[in-house]
Amino acid sequence: MVRQLLKGNVAFAEAALRYGLEAYFGYPITPQSEALEHLAGRMVQEDRVFLQAESEVAAINMVYGAASAGVRVMTSTSGPGLALMAEGLSYIAGSEVPVVVVNMMRGGPGLGNIQPSQADYFFMTKTAGHGDFHPIVLAPASIQELIDMVGLAFELAETYRTLVIIAGDGSLGQMMEPAELPPMQPLRSADPAWAVRGAAGRDPNVVTSLFLGAEKLEALNLRLQAKLMNIRRREPRAVEVATEDADVLLVAYGTAGRICVSALREARRHGLRVGLLRPQTLWPYPEGRLSELTGRVSGVLVVEMSAGQMLEDVQRVVQGRVPVRFYGRMGGVFPMADEILHEIELLAGEALPAEQPALPGGRQ
Amino acid sequence: MTLIETPVPDGMELVYGYPQSLTDVGTHYCPGCVHGIVHRLVAEVLDELGVRENTIGVAPVGCSVLIYNYIKTDFVEAAHGRAPAMATGIKRVLPDRVVFTYQGDGDIAAIGTAEIIHAANRGERITTVFINNAIYGMTGGQMAPTTLPDMVTTSTPTGRDCNIAGYPVRLSEILAQTAGAVYITRQSALDIPGIRRTKKAIKRAFLAQMHGLGFACVEVLATCPTNWNLGAWEALQWSKKNLGAYYPLETFRMTDDVKALEV
Repeated sequence: MVRQLLKGNVAFAEAALRYGLEAYFGYPITPQSEALEHLAGRMVQEDRVFLQAESEVAAINMVYGAASAGVRVMTSTSGPGLALMAEGLSYIAGSEVPVVVVNMMRGGPGLGNIQPSQADYFFMTKTAGHGDFHPIVLAPASIQELIDMVGLAFELAETYRTLVIIAGDGSLGQMMEPAELPPMQPLRSADPAWAVRGAAGRDPNVVTSLFLGAEKLEALNLRLQAKLMNIRRREPRAVEVATEDADVLLVAYGTAGRICVSALREARRHGLRVGLLRPQTLWPYPEGRLSELTGRVSGVLVVEMSAGQMLEDVQRVVQGRVPVRFYGRMGGVFPMADEILHEIELLAGEALPAEQPALPGGRQ
Repeated sequence: MTLIETPVPDGMELVYGYPQSLTDVGTHYCPGCVHGIVHRLVAEVLDELGVRENTIGVAPVGCSVLIYNYIKTDFVEAAHGRAPAMATGIKRVLPDRVVFTYQGDGDIAAIGTAEIIHAANRGERITTVFINNAIYGMTGGQMAPTTLPDMVTTSTPTGRDCNIAGYPVRLSEILAQTAGAVYITRQSALDIPGIRRTKKAIKRAFLAQMHGLGFACVEVLATCPTNWNLGAWEALQWSKKNLGAYYPLETFRMTDDVKALEV
C-alpha cells in the first residue's frame, strides 16, 4: 500500500469502510462532517448502507437497531452530538451490542466552538449514559493511529459486545498528514447467534436492556462488571517515549500527547530527563504501567486540552507518591511546547518548585 | 419452541384458532385494556402473511413494553419514542425482512414525534401500530399528547386546560402530510366491527411494506379503564363517544398502489 496525504475525518471514514463497515448513520456536526460526506458517496458505491438521520438522537438509535441485527455499524459526531446520543449509548451498553462511535471533540460547554478540545474525557470514560457502564475509549494521536484504531475498535466492540468510542479532537479530524489505509477487507461472513434477523427455525431473539426484577437486573450488572473487569485486565494500552531513565513523567493523550513529544525533546536537549506516557486507551486506563513509572520518577506533569479531567485518573493512580502538576488549555487553545517545557522546569525544581498544581492555563 | 396447535375434528374446517405468532402466556394487561386484542390481530396478520420467521418487532416504552413476551418474533426494545429510528436501522440493513413498531400515544406523539415523522417522510418500509388511549398508562395516568380537552389526568387534575397544556395532537393527520407515507389510517378496537376493520388495516399496512411501497401506520383508538377510573365496558363506551369525536375514524392517506393490494 502507499502512504498518501489524508485528512483525519476522511481517513477514519475510509478506514471504517475498508474494515468492513456495513452501515453508517450520522448527523452533520463540525468538526467531523467530512466523515459523513465521504461515506455518503463511498457507502453507496460499495452497495452498503448510508443514511443521514434527522438528529443525533435518531442516528444513535438507527445504529442501535442495525447493531442489533448483527452488522458492523458506526456513527461519528462531536461533543454536542455525543450528548444527544447519551440515551442510546446507555441502551447499547445495557443490551450489549457492538457499536463504534467516533467523537471529534470540540470546545464546550454548550455550543462552545468548533476548535479542538479534550473536554469530553469525563463524559466518555465515566458518564456516557445513565447506569453502571464504561465504553472502551481509544485515543489516537496521529492520522495513522486513527486509521489503525478504527480496525481495533471494531475488533474490541465485537469481541466484548461493547461500545467503543474513538476519542479524537477537531485538529485530528481537520489536519492532513501522510498515512496508509488498510486494504479492502471482506465483510463479516457469519451472523452472531444473538442478532435479530428473523426467528427462522429457532426461538425468537430479543435485544433489550429491560430486566424487570431487582435480582435480574443485578445479575445483568454483575455480568457487565465482570466483562468490564476483564477488559480492564486485558486491554489497557499506552505508548511510551524515553521513560527508561525519566525523572519527570509527562502524561498526555491524543493531540496533547503529541505536543508533549516536542516539549520532551526540547527538555532532553536541556539535559532534563523527561519521559512521556501517552495512554491509547482512556478507559481502561493504563493504570498498572502508570503506577510502575510513578515509582521511578520524582514528579508527574499532566497536560490536557481541558481543565484537568484525565488528571483525576492520574492522581488516583499516583496516590500522592510524587508531586503531580497540571497544565491545561481550554476553549480550543493548544498547550504549546515551550509552555509545557516551562512547567517541566518548574516540576524539576530548576525554577521555583510549585506547592500546588498550576491552575488550568495558568502560566504564572 | 412450541407452537399452539388447534385440534380439528375430521370433516370440520378450522375457522378460528390460536395464532401461531402468539405465545401461550397470559398478558399483564388490565381488564378492559385492548392491547391484548391488538397484539392478537398483529399475530393473526403475521400468520396469514406467513412472515413470522422473517419479522423483527420493535417494542416501545409504555404498557406494551413487554410485547415481545406475547408475539413470537425477534424483537428489540427501543428507548422511549425511538422505535421508528431503531426500525429504520434494522430495515436498512435487512431490507428483505418485515419490520414493525408498536407504540403508544406518549411514545409516538410526544417524545418520539421527530422519529416517527422523519421515518414516515423518508418512506421507510416499516409498519407502525399506534395505540391511542389518550393517557400515559404505565407511569400512572398522566396527560398524554392525545389527552382530550378538560380530561382529568394525574398531571391535569382539574382537566386539560389547552391554554396551558396545549391541544391534543392528531398525529395520523400530520403523518398523512408526509410524502413518504403510503397508508395512514385511524381505526378502533372498541367493538367487533372496529376490531375486524383494524385487522384488515393492519394487514394492509404490512402488505404495503412487503410490496416495498412506503411507510404505513395504523392508529387504533383504545382504552385505559384503570387510569380513566372506569369499568371495562364503560371505558369502551367512553372511548367510542369521546375519543371517537375528537379523532375521526378515517383513512387519511392511501395511495393507489396500497388501495390495489388484496387484503
